Amino acid sequence: MEHFTPLASLLGGALIGLSASLLLLLQGRVAGISGILGGLLSPTPGDTGWRAMFLLGLCGTGAVAAWLWPQALLPGISRSTPTLIAAGLLVGYGTRLGSGCTSGHGVCGLSRGSPRSLIATLTFMATGIATVFAARHLGGGAR
Amino acid sequence: MKPNLLAALLCGVVFAAGLLIGGMTQPSKVVGFLDLLGDWDPSLAFVMGGALLVHTLAGRVIRRRARPILDTQFHVPSRRDLDRRLIAGAALFGIGWGLAGYCPGPALVSLAAAGPALIFVLAMLAGMGLHRLTA
Repeated sequence: MEHFTPLASLLGGALIGLSASLLLLLQGRVAGISGILGGLLSPTPGDTGWRAMFLLGLCGTGAVAAWLWPQALLPGISRSTPTLIAAGLLVGYGTRLGSGCTSGHGVCGLSRGSPRSLIATLTFMATGIATVFAARHLGGGAR
Repeated sequence: MKPNLLAALLCGVVFAAGLLIGGMTQPSKVVGFLDLLGDWDPSLAFVMGGALLVHTLAGRVIRRRARPILDTQFHVPSRRDLDRRLIAGAALFGIGWGLAGYCPGPALVSLAAAGPALIFVLAMLAGMGLHRLTA
């Protein structure tokens, strides 16, 4: 448990909660990243501006981090290109099929007590855990 | 800039800051959490806990309003039924998440580092497009 960072995690989480709360208060929208992005892929007139700006804020802050705090973006694990492609395809397809991701279901949906989000969150946690377990024990134990 | 565009930009910045400070832009910490039966790192649970604590309390107050500040109505999903697509989608998402340690938000924040996140995001966009074409 040497990697456990309780305070930074709580603070980071509180900021995510703050962002989601601000988006809800100001725009009446759910801070689900897959949904915000997905809405740009199937654009509705008048609905794209705020999505693009949110994603710009997301990516732009990441660019600042890459410049000033690059350690924060270090993966810490190495994954082959085929694995990254498979993972991306699964995440892209799965989040659209399942109507959400860790932020949409895990934070926003759970905070509303949504039964759909509870089931979705339990499901992706379960398959995530199973996948890491399988990779550890069937993939030669590499982290 | 129109207020709602500025608001969205600000929310994106704060969200990214949360991910960065919470360590969620490091796949090793995500995989560490999902490695429940191995070398477990509970950090992600604390990130989610912090987010839920703030957003659940704030959400209750906010949802009492008739409308948001910069829009005429709330756009919050209201479905409560479970269906196969929800479960299948979540299952597939979880597998991808476990494979790379990236989900949409952290991967987008990490794009500027132009490494594995870039490949992941391109594939993610392709996966989203594939769903749109086949749905």
